[in-house]
Amino acid sequence: MFSSRPKPETMTAPAAGASAPSLAPAAPPQEVRLSLYRRMLEMRGFEKRAYDLFLQGLVKGTSHLGLGQEAVAAAFGEAMRPDDYTFATYRGHNHTLARGVPMVPVMAELMGRETGLMAGKGGSMHLTSVEHGMMGSYAIIGAHLTIANGAAWSAKVRGTDQVAVCFFGDGTTNIGAFHEALNLAAVWKLPVVFVCENNLWMEYTPIGSVTAVRQPAAGRAGAYNLPPVLVDGNDADAMYAIATSSIARARAGEGPALIEALTYRHGGHSRADPAKYRPEDEVRQWLERDPLPRYRFRLAADGVAAEALDRIEAEAQATVDEATAQAQASAEPPVGLVEKDVFADGGATWRR
Amino acid sequence: MAEMTYRDAVAAAIAQEMERDPSVVFLGEDVAAAGGVFKATVGLLDKFGPERVVDTPIAEQAILGAAMGAAMTGLRPIAEIMFSDFLAVCWDLVANEIAKTRYMTNGQVSLPLVIRTGNGGGVRFGAQHSQSVENWAMMIPGIKVVAPSTPRDVIGLLAAAVRDPDPVLFFEQKSLYATKGEVEEGEIVDELGRATVVREGRDVTIVALAAMVPRAQAAAELLAAEGIDAAVIDLRSLVPLDVTTIANSVVATGHLVTVEENPRLCGWGAEVASIVAEECIFDLDGPIVRVTTPHVPLPAAEALEDAAMPSPERIVAGVRHSLA
Ligand SMILES: Cc1ncc(C[n+]2csc(CCOP(=O)(O)OP(=O)(O)O)c2C)c(N)n1
Repeated sequence: MFSSRPKPETMTAPAAGASAPSLAPAAPPQEVRLSLYRRMLEMRGFEKRAYDLFLQGLVKGTSHLGLGQEAVAAAFGEAMRPDDYTFATYRGHNHTLARGVPMVPVMAELMGRETGLMAGKGGSMHLTSVEHGMMGSYAIIGAHLTIANGAAWSAKVRGTDQVAVCFFGDGTTNIGAFHEALNLAAVWKLPVVFVCENNLWMEYTPIGSVTAVRQPAAGRAGAYNLPPVLVDGNDADAMYAIATSSIARARAGEGPALIEALTYRHGGHSRADPAKYRPEDEVRQWLERDPLPRYRFRLAADGVAAEALDRIEAEAQATVDEATAQAQASAEPPVGLVEKDVFADGGATWRR
Repeated sequence: MAEMTYRDAVAAAIAQEMERDPSVVFLGEDVAAAGGVFKATVGLLDKFGPERVVDTPIAEQAILGAAMGAAMTGLRPIAEIMFSDFLAVCWDLVANEIAKTRYMTNGQVSLPLVIRTGNGGGVRFGAQHSQSVENWAMMIPGIKVVAPSTPRDVIGLLAAAVRDPDPVLFFEQKSLYATKGEVEEGEIVDELGRATVVREGRDVTIVALAAMVPRAQAAAELLAAEGIDAAVIDLRSLVPLDVTTIANSVVATGHLVTVEENPRLCGWGAEVASIVAEECIFDLDGPIVRVTTPHVPLPAAEALEDAAMPSPERIVAGVRHSLA
């Protein structure tokens, strides 16, 4: 069909300053690695629990789990400054926790409780915590790339050196807003880092079958005068390296980055999806590359004591248990909230 | 007092607000160097520089996304969507993102931004550059909807919109850009949600918006010649909607006629009619009449467009029907 299909892009080292492409960036400092491991465990524990609570009827509606994709969000969370901005999607539990948003209000939001992050008015797909720089989770494909640009533009106009980081899936690279956003970010040289989590599937359709280039994000980078960047999204160290370098470049005024992180969701697209459409072999191969056991193995090989790792695992689990108990103990939101906060006066009045 | 065009009032209002508040920025297609396709923003680039007055690519989603992201992080953007028809290509940003974010985040996010757009017909541009789309906006919880009819109100209402903590869709009627009016000296700031009684009258209340206001006034003159004393209300904003001013007038006159440039179905006049029916039915002495463009896209040719849009004569006929 395509006579000259572009060749797959090669792994690219952190774009700034690297003299030769290196497949093995320097490992992050030990405390960063331990923090990354703890964060990924908390995310994993949180989402597994969310799934269980759904089966028990305690979480309603839909939600989209990032099981298997934890390394991407965790690494960026670790690399970002507290005043940087995150823009995420409906698959945004991990990205929210990554900014240090406490687990209780996140769990309570999923359960539709008064103590929820947005008191139950947003739900799983719209997690937002402005005080943590978590500027929102957006559920219409594409729009939030353009909104992330606005936050980055504002940082530039206000003369702060904040950076916006925007996460989205492979499927999002085919919608117009992606292209509008990338072009504007490049032309205005905005401090924004776009992170495509390529988990190979949009909802139920393999991304390759509907995309003109082999790498949905990296293959488009050239069109916006950006270097193609393809990283192993299941390798927390590699993700941390690309996160720190791309954020540093953006902060220094060198403009946007577009990163494609190869990863895989362990489950279906959403709650309703048993994901039977995926080849068994593919699933098995990716489960073998699960970022969590892989990271534990690496930390142990680099000399972290097994007891220390066990302790982190136990503590992460305890955090999840505690959050579940507290969220479950919370009341339902008062129905008076229905007509609150449509407008800045706190209400919903449209007439006088 | 000085005479000014509606078009120049736009630039004057933006300049007034940009001078006052350094967080106000302005972006859109061809708005900076070229001064806008309607020449309504001439001189702003020279006055405020390319950091604050910015030309964008033809990318309406990118424009409104940039405005939204900037508004949630400390700026007060004014974004121009050249023709209101083009709102359809970035409606996700308006209806799903900008309008809902405060609510969904339980009040965490404020979006003090203004979307200015050239709205409406009367300039022979055909169906894709002439729509009156204020109803699209009015239907969505979370945005305010404003449409001035005079140069003075352009300044007062645009200033109010910029200072408002909520997102405002600001409809500038294209057929009014060349019209002139008296504008007082000094800073002008109005309050959103206050209608103006532009003509007092005892016999019937005519409620109009934007370009329909001068037509309603012309109709009132024709009616006066027949001895019918019509009150004319310029709504000025649809959200907030000044029900008080409408109801006070209807209670006094017993008759209501709305004049809408938009196509018939679900026009704002239907909402006004339903409120008046619910709340003032026993004060009415005749049917509520809506004068609208028929439920058609607007045609281009002068003869056809003029036939489609409400004329003073059709307004007069509507009043007669209510009074009959
Ligand atoms: C504009 C729009 N179209 C369709 C959808 C429905 N939808 C929700 S998620 C999704 C798949 C997105 O795939 P991708 O961008 O790869 O992200 P992932 O879900 O894999 O994280 C679709 C089609 C939507 N939310 N918005």
